[in-house]
Amino acid sequence: MTVETPTLPPTRSFGSLINNPVVRGIFIQLVLVVGLIGFVWWIVDNTSRNLAQAHIASGFGFLDRRSGFDISQQPIDYSSNATYARAILVGVVNTLIIAGTGIAMATVLGFIVGIGRLSRNFLLRGLATVYVETFRNIPPLLVILFWYFGVLAVLPMPRQAVSLPFGAFISNRGLQTPRVAFEEIAWISLAALAVGVVVAIVLYQVNRRRQMATGERRRLLWPMLGLIVGLPVVAFLVTGMPAALEFPAKSTFNLVGGFQIRPEFLALFLALSVYTGAFIAEIVRAGILSVSKGQTEAAQALGLSRRHTLRLVVVPQAFRVIIPPLTSQYLNLTKNSSLALAIGYPDLFAIGSTVLNQSGQSVEIIIICMLFYLTFSLIVSAFMNWFNAKMALVER
Amino acid sequence: MEEHVTRYVSEEFKQPLPPPADNAGIIGTARKNLFATPLDAAISLVTLLVVVWAVWNLLGWALFDAVFSGSDRTACVATGDSEVGACWIFVSSKFLQFIYGLYPDPERWRVNTVFALLAILTAGLLIPSVPKKGLNAALLLGVFPFVAFVLLTGGRLSFSGGQVAFFAMLAAFGTLIVVPSRSDLDFERPLMRAAAGLAVAAVLALLLSAASSRAGIAFLGLRFTAFSLSALVLSALSILSVASAALQRGGGGRVAATALLVPVLIAAALAVLSVDFGLPEVPTHLWGGLLVTLVVSVTGIATSLPLGILLALGRRSDMPAVRLLSVIFIEFWRGVPLITVLFMAQFMLPLFMPDGVSFNQLLRALVGVALFSAAYMAEVVRGGLQAIRKGQYEAADAMALSYWQKMRLIILPQALKLVIPGIVNTFIGLFKDTSLVYIIGLADLLGTVRRGFNDPNWITPSTPATGLVFAAFIYWLFCFGMSRYSIFMERRLDTGHK
Repeated sequence: MTVETPTLPPTRSFGSLINNPVVRGIFIQLVLVVGLIGFVWWIVDNTSRNLAQAHIASGFGFLDRRSGFDISQQPIDYSSNATYARAILVGVVNTLIIAGTGIAMATVLGFIVGIGRLSRNFLLRGLATVYVETFRNIPPLLVILFWYFGVLAVLPMPRQAVSLPFGAFISNRGLQTPRVAFEEIAWISLAALAVGVVVAIVLYQVNRRRQMATGERRRLLWPMLGLIVGLPVVAFLVTGMPAALEFPAKSTFNLVGGFQIRPEFLALFLALSVYTGAFIAEIVRAGILSVSKGQTEAAQALGLSRRHTLRLVVVPQAFRVIIPPLTSQYLNLTKNSSLALAIGYPDLFAIGSTVLNQSGQSVEIIIICMLFYLTFSLIVSAFMNWFNAKMALVER
Repeated sequence: MEEHVTRYVSEEFKQPLPPPADNAGIIGTARKNLFATPLDAAISLVTLLVVVWAVWNLLGWALFDAVFSGSDRTACVATGDSEVGACWIFVSSKFLQFIYGLYPDPERWRVNTVFALLAILTAGLLIPSVPKKGLNAALLLGVFPFVAFVLLTGGRLSFSGGQVAFFAMLAAFGTLIVVPSRSDLDFERPLMRAAAGLAVAAVLALLLSAASSRAGIAFLGLRFTAFSLSALVLSALSILSVASAALQRGGGGRVAATALLVPVLIAAALAVLSVDFGLPEVPTHLWGGLLVTLVVSVTGIATSLPLGILLALGRRSDMPAVRLLSVIFIEFWRGVPLITVLFMAQFMLPLFMPDGVSFNQLLRALVGVALFSAAYMAEVVRGGLQAIRKGQYEAADAMALSYWQKMRLIILPQALKLVIPGIVNTFIGLFKDTSLVYIIGLADLLGTVRRGFNDPNWITPSTPATGLVFAAFIYWLFCFGMSRYSIFMERRLDTGHK
């Protein structure tokens, strides 16, 4: 006994059309895209009209013109006769320098403090907590200004420079450290180092594969040390020690010799690493806490030592949690390095703004800067995603 | 035998033995936590030295060697060998500037009123035991912005005819969205269709009036073009036809009132902004200090959350164009530093606008900060949306809720609760990021302090550190307060299940 349910007659009215999700979706997207295209067209039209009125030729031709300004930190050859493009390249290198050193320092600091926050030692824990809670809640720009104007600028003149261990001096002109002056032939030692590192990596991989296959584990500490440290040292000795230490010395007005680290760099480096270090510490702490206690107990039940428990059980699992937020902290540090503008460290953005003021090519300069940071972000996140995938838990 | 046993039955519980002497008390705790191994002992000693050294120096700088009296820099300059610590008189003599900037002295009560209103309304919203949350939120989000705007700037905005027509058009669309969702009036009714048609016609008329730029017709004391005037009339007709549809339905007096709600609110807002309250105008370049910091951050917070939610929904939308545009927008803003965004707002926004349209500098910074933090907010909210199980979405669909009802009633309340820490972190980040506006020339708290220690009357070695420590303390108070509140709220909203 089945009853035929009559199907509703299809209604084709205005109301049903407006309530049809597919039609509605297409309509909304159409309006959005058309509106956006219209908006962009309007902006481009306005911009070109405004630029024409201000007699600014758009395009990247200005990059070949002579820059005419000096840059205080030149990791690559540059003079005021070089082109704008070259100046921007110097800025890019300087940005990479501050980002690289800052990331390294922030990571070290962050890991030490993050582990310190979990210590049983309440002195250490308290110190770490105060550090983290202070610097997480202060703007990075303020930290930069504090180091630059509050600390480094009030140091004594170079003549009364404060001497530090290892023959270094610190003054309001920055940090002057001893420099190792290499002779030409020192490249052999460098090559030896490179060879040592490569062979060590290969050795490690072979050993790992062997361990996977047989379960046998060999101690690699000494061979690795020999390859990475010993080989370059031997090469260095064999080639007749082609290097000399050059110590800075006080002269009448300035410190001469040695390697000068400028206060702008120092302030930016200290501020960025101290600021980002506080965030990394929290990430590390959360990562370690995320490994459940059962894991540690299971490792202990298997008879693993405390060191092995940490190295083989806790840290690999904590790393899975740590890596994604750590990546965004690295990117944040790189982006925050653009605050260099406030104290005159010549990074990409500071040089970009000088070029902008000189040439008036604001659109092009801002596009270049944004493109650089975007590409850098995308490359770093691609790399970290790859690393993350490699570290990720392999499930069934 | 029995006797033997009973003799040993205790009448009362045995008291526990005291812990071993070397394991209890201060010495025991110290031994267990600080000196368990030689390495621990070494770490403890080094830490203790660091703590003592730091506290000693800090106290010396902030109290013992600090300068508390005097009227200018001479008091803070070291004489002879004596060390000079913090120059607190710099902070106390510039304190009002750090709070108000150059806001004219007789008008500062207006800033104080805004601060007080903000504090009262926010406290009312944040403290769980205060009643009438709905009214409070409506006051804070709907009324306070206009009051604050009028108080801070002086109001008296003058609108062009085109702008009035634009707001009328918005009112018409608002009515068309609000009324069908609040009643059973739908687009099957001829009057509602007519209203929709009229509203679309108003949009077309506005677009045409933007293309032609002759303002010829005077109406209500405003200059209109033929097209913008017709847009105004069309919008008004659209609203009227919705209202008459409501009346025609019978017993629809309440619905008709709803129909007029949006237009009345918009008209009231325009009226408040343009009426002369007799307050002298204070241009934004005189604003400064904490005032600017709070204006930028509060506006940023208020705009970035709704924008971020919209972007997050867009990124998870089924419509490919919407999804793609959201992804591009979010990833673009997240990939560039805020300072490039501010520079873009500073140098490129004027180029984007047609000739003669100029933006206030503060407004440019606001736009930059809001868009930037909206992208970060979107990612936080997306995390919450992804954490809601599929069953919730499907159950909402099964209840025949519309998309917006589903989001508003089922998904977002759960998702937002999950990501409170992330949202507050974004707010804290935004608050700290407002300090960057000083680089594009606005005098926020950090900017005023920075300018303060360049003042020739106050150039001493210790002024910069003093001023910056003061500013850091203010920033720290706000950020730390926000983070503590988020922890409190997280615990309060924790229902025990996820």
